[in-house]
Amino acid sequence: MRYWRREWQAFTILMGPGTFWLVVFFLVPIGLIWIYSFLDRGPQGQIEWVFSFKNYARALEPIHLLIFWKSLWISAVATIFCLLLGFPMAMGVAFAPSRWKNLLLLLVALPFFTNLLIRTYAWIAILRTKGYVNETIGWAYDGIASLYAGGDPTAFTPYEPIEFLYNQPAIIVGLVYVGLPFLILPLYATLEKFDRSFLEASLDLGAGQWQTFFKVLVPIAMPGIVAGSLLVFIISLGTYLVPDVLGGTSSEMIGTLIARQFGASRDWPFGSALSCLLLYVTFIVLWIRALFAGRGNSGAF
Amino acid sequence: MAQATTAGAAAAKSVQHVSKPLPLEYLRKRWLQAVVLFGFFFLYFPIIALMATSFNEDKRNITWKGFTTDWYVKAYNDASLFNALVNSLTVAVVSTIVSTIIGTMLGLALYRYRFPNKASFESIAYLPIVIPEISMAVAMLAYFAQFLEVPLGLFTITVSHIAFSFPFVAVVVRTRMAGFDESLEEASRDLGASGQQTFWNVTVPYMMPGIIAGALLAFTLSLDDFVITQFTSGPGSTTLPIKIYSMVRFSVTPTVNAASTVLIVITLTVAVAAMAMQARSEKNMVKKNG
Repeated sequence: MRYWRREWQAFTILMGPGTFWLVVFFLVPIGLIWIYSFLDRGPQGQIEWVFSFKNYARALEPIHLLIFWKSLWISAVATIFCLLLGFPMAMGVAFAPSRWKNLLLLLVALPFFTNLLIRTYAWIAILRTKGYVNETIGWAYDGIASLYAGGDPTAFTPYEPIEFLYNQPAIIVGLVYVGLPFLILPLYATLEKFDRSFLEASLDLGAGQWQTFFKVLVPIAMPGIVAGSLLVFIISLGTYLVPDVLGGTSSEMIGTLIARQFGASRDWPFGSALSCLLLYVTFIVLWIRALFAGRGNSGAF
Repeated sequence: MAQATTAGAAAAKSVQHVSKPLPLEYLRKRWLQAVVLFGFFFLYFPIIALMATSFNEDKRNITWKGFTTDWYVKAYNDASLFNALVNSLTVAVVSTIVSTIIGTMLGLALYRYRFPNKASFESIAYLPIVIPEISMAVAMLAYFAQFLEVPLGLFTITVSHIAFSFPFVAVVVRTRMAGFDESLEEASRDLGASGQQTFWNVTVPYMMPGIIAGALLAFTLSLDDFVITQFTSGPGSTTLPIKIYSMVRFSVTPTVNAASTVLIVITLTVAVAAMAMQARSEKNMVKKNG
């Protein structure tokens, strides 16, 4: 690596365009939102240049705090489900025979390259009243019921489809679906490279499989668990698409609340304040993640 | 059972395991197989079901009535849908070209030079990768619509796509350059090549797999983006994801599923090409270093 001053012309040419784009089309817009968050909304929704902390005070009102709280809660539940499903999957991939490993990894990574909107709305067909889940349950229910009723269709009440869509569980399912690969990949990276003889030693010395799992494997995998979980958590917290497509009017999250301020509600300063708060929370989580990554050296991006 | 087919430490390890009763072959345990299978079913069923319904004759329900490609014909003949695809591809191509160029330059600079506050600069440069999409989306909207007062359209979409794509290109190119042997450049200079000749004939060819992988990644990111596009698009600049969104709001029809399947196939093809490219460049690196 060379010091920039030795080749300052080449350095300037290489750095220039990227820095320009970053500043003019990313940092300035974000800075603008930060400034807007201290301004006021005029009667027609225009921005009035009066400095105040009003928007932040409004964000702390119970009705908005509740949405923040719900978002944190939904994200935490989604992260836990991701971990419960993702840990065994990461183990499966990491301990798979080497000729399968690449295929399994590809299968984990492919959803990244499938359109997020399409992947989200695909769940509508599964969860809606005439969707796959309801039709399957209904088919099983009606079958068993008619068996009991001796084949008489009037002797039992047919299956009433359950509304799985447009509520919080639907959002959680969507978030687990989106977050799962983000959890498996860092976890796989940690499980892949540690020394397997630790496990053998534990088993040889008389510990059971479960004991080995909780006392050896989980502690070793901790950097990956932390990195993956926090990543899933911030992605879930900042999500806009999933609650917008799968959630109902009563299941608003921070992302949809921000979007609404820039849409129908037309309160840009308040939306800016919410967006800044979301950014602060994201940065704090990323910072915690970096601390853990530095200590455990998980190396996962 | 694990066979040592590939070189490297992992395979060497699995050879040891062959002779043992293998308490560590977790994937041969039934419960783990069940969870892994369920996990992949969970990941793939929604997409496969969606693709399948785009070939199903039945319009409303999920029952299979017969194979048809009518929905694709219908989607193709839908002028607004086709126009949205053209818009998407236009934005993706321009965004890919610009973000590949500036991302590659940035990645190379970050690999090559030390400068004050480099670590801070890097974390700021990678911010577009990590911040919530909605925060960036509303920032771009406020910036274009209120601050610069430019009309929202394909131009603003493209500029925003470049803003979140080029850091990815920079990361990929920089990772590629990490395996570069600088003595190659020195050798070229010693043998009488000019700085420019060395750059174009030694450095750029080495970077190329990274550049192509980065470009393909930028292309899929642009083609797939919905949130930021929704906030930076105006009337008449509908991209395919935006069009699909507005159709889904109304109702999920086999035509939407057909359009979605087309989008998925395009991005997956590009993504698999990118991954193959990266795997090849990693293999070269292993060959060189090992």
